[in-house]
Amino acid sequence: MNWMRPWALALCLSTLGWSAAPAADDPLAATPQDRQWLLPAVPPHPDDNAPTAARVELGKMLFFDARLSSERNLSCAGCHSPLYGWSDGLGTAKGFRSKVLGRASPTIVNSGYNTIQMWDGRRATLEHQAMGPMESMDEMAMNLDALFAWLAVNPGYKAAFAAAYPGEAIDKTTTSKAIAAFERTVVSSDSPFDRWLRGDRQAMTAQQVKGFRLFADPAKGNCAGCHQAPNFTDNGFHNIGLTSYGQANPDVGRFAIKPVPSLKGAFKTPTLRDVALTAPYFHDGSAATLMDVVAHYNRGGEVRTNLSASVKPLSLSNGEMRDIVAFMEALTTPARPFTLPTLPAN
Amino acid sequence: MQFHPQPAIGSLVVAAACLFTGLPAGAAEHVLAQKGKAFSVKKLQVKVGDTVKFVNEDPFAHNVFSLSDAKSFDLGSFGQGGSKTVTLDKPGTVEVECAVHPDMRMVIEVGK
Repeated sequence: MNWMRPWALALCLSTLGWSAAPAADDPLAATPQDRQWLLPAVPPHPDDNAPTAARVELGKMLFFDARLSSERNLSCAGCHSPLYGWSDGLGTAKGFRSKVLGRASPTIVNSGYNTIQMWDGRRATLEHQAMGPMESMDEMAMNLDALFAWLAVNPGYKAAFAAAYPGEAIDKTTTSKAIAAFERTVVSSDSPFDRWLRGDRQAMTAQQVKGFRLFADPAKGNCAGCHQAPNFTDNGFHNIGLTSYGQANPDVGRFAIKPVPSLKGAFKTPTLRDVALTAPYFHDGSAATLMDVVAHYNRGGEVRTNLSASVKPLSLSNGEMRDIVAFMEALTTPARPFTLPTLPAN
Repeated sequence: MQFHPQPAIGSLVVAAACLFTGLPAGAAEHVLAQKGKAFSVKKLQVKVGDTVKFVNEDPFAHNVFSLSDAKSFDLGSFGQGGSKTVTLDKPGTVEVECAVHPDMRMVIEVGK
């Protein structure tokens, strides 16, 4: 029977997304093992917050609405803007009345795939995280009683909440659920690297493929030791030896949440998807470029106090560092049109 | 002795422990691996006085700690090939985590 012939089987597998294994002598093609870097099509979600169009749209409205801040001038999108890779382009964030905060705004991109949220992991899920900036007096500084009273009488929001969470109150729970549902739609999974993984061997340049191999090789860059598949994070915490940790009264990061000595100065491994859009880098914004980041790791960090055992001098050549940077530049999903929400009138 | 991931190495470890570390009579050493960002077992039954040795088989650093009432300890962080040992000296439930990777958890039940 024709359909049982090998070529027909290969065609079927190809249609299902399984490319034939690359020839062993083709060093520029992705291997079956490389496919571990492919993300699930959509991020997981809690059982009680399955995404619906109404929930996502309500979340988008709330995310972009500066009226959720006390002075009605700061929205979630102020620090997590699609114009700047869902971050803000600043070294560290600016909050209430432009107060300079201690840490960079992490990107929202692919945050739905993370198993722990924020630089210090103090929130487990996007639902748990969403109200934090509104409640912080350093950030949106919002009076939540006043917020929910206003949302409850605003006809547009009243209808949007009723459509998204029928029969439920307009409160912290539904507000944070809606914002989380929207954030889970901010996904980067169609970069040149992703297309290369799916079988398009032309999607990355030879230099970018070489950079990926250096990135993943434990004996070379060992970047994937922490920036693990598939979302380029281990959801873990590391002190990477930044200069700022050597200053007086440094930010102790995760240690403030989990008082285990080895966590002093440790911060969460961020995703690297769309990373070329989110300079400057590190939680303190101290690296201006991706090359600065790679050079930092190549030196084995600056401050050795409580340094992660994973951070050691790497002996990468300048060319190898450029290859790794070129690879990270292949992690950007091409820009797509983004439709802003229509916000309810006052 | 009870060994979980690598019996050959486990035998060596236990012999050394008996000769040089003065384990109490009847105490056992249990050897666990940290591999693939997971503990090699999720639950372990031991007796008071037993030791548990954690061996890092990943190409990146791990930590072992517990803030449980039955045993509070922090073995610090250690890289590939490194290992740390803890003695369980009180009965109870010891929830063990890797501080570096919060998804890595296991439980030791310490019986009399």
